[in-house]
Amino acid sequence: MAETRLTEPIYKRPESLTEVQMHYCPGCTHGIAHRLVAEVLDELDLKDRTVAIATVGCSVYAYEYFNTDAVQASHGRGPAVATGIKRCQPDTIVFTYQGDGDLASIGLAEVMHAAARAENFTVVFINNAVFGMTRGQMAPTTLMGQKTTTTPLGRSVEQGGYPLNICELLAQIPGVAYLARETLTSPKRIRQAKRVLKKAFQVQAAGLGFSLVELVSSCPTWWYMEPLEALQWIEDVMLEQYPLKVFVDKLEDGR
Amino acid sequence: MPERQLITGNEAAAEGAIAGGCRYFFGYPITPQNRIPEYMSEHLPLIDGVYIQAESEVAAINMVYGAAATGAWAMTTSSSPGISLMQEGLSYMIGAELPCVLVDMVRGGPGLGNIAPAQSDYWLATRGAGHGDGRCLTFAPFSVQEIYDLVGQAFPIAQKYRNPVMILADAVLASMREPCALRDRLDPPEQKPSWAVGGDQKGRQRNIVNSLWTDPPVMEEVNLRIQQRYRDAAQNETRWTEHGADDPEILVCAYGISARICQTAIEHAAEAGIACRLIRPISLFPFPTEVIADWAQRVKKVLVVELSLGQFIEDVRLAVEGACPVERFGRTGGMLVTPEEVAERIIEIA
Amino acid sequence: MRQEVFMAGMGGQGVLLAGQILAQAALEAGLELSWFPLYSPEVRGGWVTCTLVIADGEVGSPVVGRPQKMILMDGIAVDNYLDRIHSGGLAIINTSLASGEVNRDDIELVTIPATDIAAQLGSEQATNMVLLGAYVQASGVVELQAVEQALHRVLPERHHDYIPTNVAALQRGAQLAEEQLQ
Repeated sequence: MAETRLTEPIYKRPESLTEVQMHYCPGCTHGIAHRLVAEVLDELDLKDRTVAIATVGCSVYAYEYFNTDAVQASHGRGPAVATGIKRCQPDTIVFTYQGDGDLASIGLAEVMHAAARAENFTVVFINNAVFGMTRGQMAPTTLMGQKTTTTPLGRSVEQGGYPLNICELLAQIPGVAYLARETLTSPKRIRQAKRVLKKAFQVQAAGLGFSLVELVSSCPTWWYMEPLEALQWIEDVMLEQYPLKVFVDKLEDGR
Repeated sequence: MPERQLITGNEAAAEGAIAGGCRYFFGYPITPQNRIPEYMSEHLPLIDGVYIQAESEVAAINMVYGAAATGAWAMTTSSSPGISLMQEGLSYMIGAELPCVLVDMVRGGPGLGNIAPAQSDYWLATRGAGHGDGRCLTFAPFSVQEIYDLVGQAFPIAQKYRNPVMILADAVLASMREPCALRDRLDPPEQKPSWAVGGDQKGRQRNIVNSLWTDPPVMEEVNLRIQQRYRDAAQNETRWTEHGADDPEILVCAYGISARICQTAIEHAAEAGIACRLIRPISLFPFPTEVIADWAQRVKKVLVVELSLGQFIEDVRLAVEGACPVERFGRTGGMLVTPEEVAERIIEIA
Repeated sequence: MRQEVFMAGMGGQGVLLAGQILAQAALEAGLELSWFPLYSPEVRGGWVTCTLVIADGEVGSPVVGRPQKMILMDGIAVDNYLDRIHSGGLAIINTSLASGEVNRDDIELVTIPATDIAAQLGSEQATNMVLLGAYVQASGVVELQAVEQALHRVLPERHHDYIPTNVAALQRGAQLAEEQLQ
């Protein structure tokens, strides 16, 4: 039997990630999401012409992790900052990385209007149904009945109203060129998440308009769960409110 | 000499920006400055520029932040309530050491107020720029020609000090028409600053535009660097004009539209036998402290004329440092003073 | 030379346009000037005023408390502003829309039924030009011909058909003022 030798590494840190240890909590899916975005930038050879926009929330330090030019934006304004960059430099690839507080709460106007203007950049939207950075308060995407530090008895309509489904809202806007929701609960889902992220960046590179990928993510720390338990909760509970779907795909439509 | 055209202050602000090299404008409509975005939307697309009507003033200043991060010469304009909304973005721009130019065509306030002329954004402009230890470099034109000139000059100043520059005017200056000599439009510089993001990043360090410094000693260092730039600006950019008598009894201090009113007022006062000198700060931050301090030693009183209830007078008092009494005259809420009223006040206090 | 003229009327009467045309004429005559409008916030109707200061040197204040001269296009404008004319000043009053009776004996008065005259010339909208013609004649601030020239610069091309009517209105106003002031 011939001797098998590995001469090439088959798995390594993507070049689009810096060699810095991330600060995310154990079991958090931010790390996976970062890696997938970085792999996509590597594979599409976009690294040297990309500007990452870090926003406010747990991912505020994203500019430390993505090995590209980066801009840190104020809370919720990532899509406005992205608009400014992209309009000045249409050849630069621009993406915002936003949590549910940043995008769905304080920054709802900016993301909706960027989509309406068909701004040609990509949004990576991390929905973990809670404000992580500020210690687990209610987010607009918090589920009905979900306990958070500001809905101690569980989210009620009287106190907190209903969850916002961002993809379903955006799907009605003609400026949206690519829109998908995925999650990161299993190797299969992670591979699918990478496929949709890649599509989003391809749509941007082709100049088709606004693209957004929502990643239904876990927050074991503020869900008060073990990491695996948290992933299971996504599958069992969150996906009922936030079903996985490709809502818009103008790249596919054009073929 | 270029041909003089009769244009409004708003048009002068817009054309002055384009002539100075600005090609990127992000704004949101608000009276009394709507002619600026209208003008930009008409002219910028014709010269490979960008005009975007933002969804809010909050978005507009953040679009400027993004544009400035790429090294572009970007601008926004608004009026009082809109400038209030931009304070957070300005604070981020100062923290991230980004240049931009903005114009505030001040209207009556507080709140929704009205659309009449006022100078009640003096603190907002010179103390403002949101939270933290930063300020906007602030210039106050007093004629259509000066709006045109200053807005154009503001871009290289903003770049030099890597800080927002505010042009503070008001509803009179915005809507009045005066002859204005227009220059040829300058092209923006081709060379991007070394700190700019985007473009081809091969073969260079990655650039990060950021105002987050969690380590206090580092944040302090950034703040001290910004303060040093303000001290440099005080050396290089302090501007004022002087009008009137060489041996005055009364020193009159006013800026912007009030200074125009005072130009005529001190003539009326002179006819009544009272010699006045008018000092008009053009730069409000940095403030022409020394010249006011110098004249304060040689006059009986200082009269501060402002269309606000005691904002500008604070900087004059800090300059006078008790050398003589300082009084205020003016109105608020969109009301103007006339030269006749100012002259009467001068005569009363002399 | 420093001359201040204040114009007032209601929206649609061409108060601002009259001011701009005179401003353009002054510019082309090589004079310094400042034109400043102030009006109520309604988009249609409401009150409208403008002040034009013309000088052969520095203009100084564009804001004037007691203007030397006024063009008052209706009765409301007369009621609101006539008191403010500087003693020894001049008022041009549109007697089609205001009474010519005033309680000032320290000013010069030119009373012209401008709206009726404009209507006779073909368009009530030329009321402002009748009054402007009277003002230019009475004040001598610029030549009437300079104002006629300025019409071409200020009016948009699509309105140039109206220039002959406007010129006739300017001339008629000037003629009436000359007669009254003799």
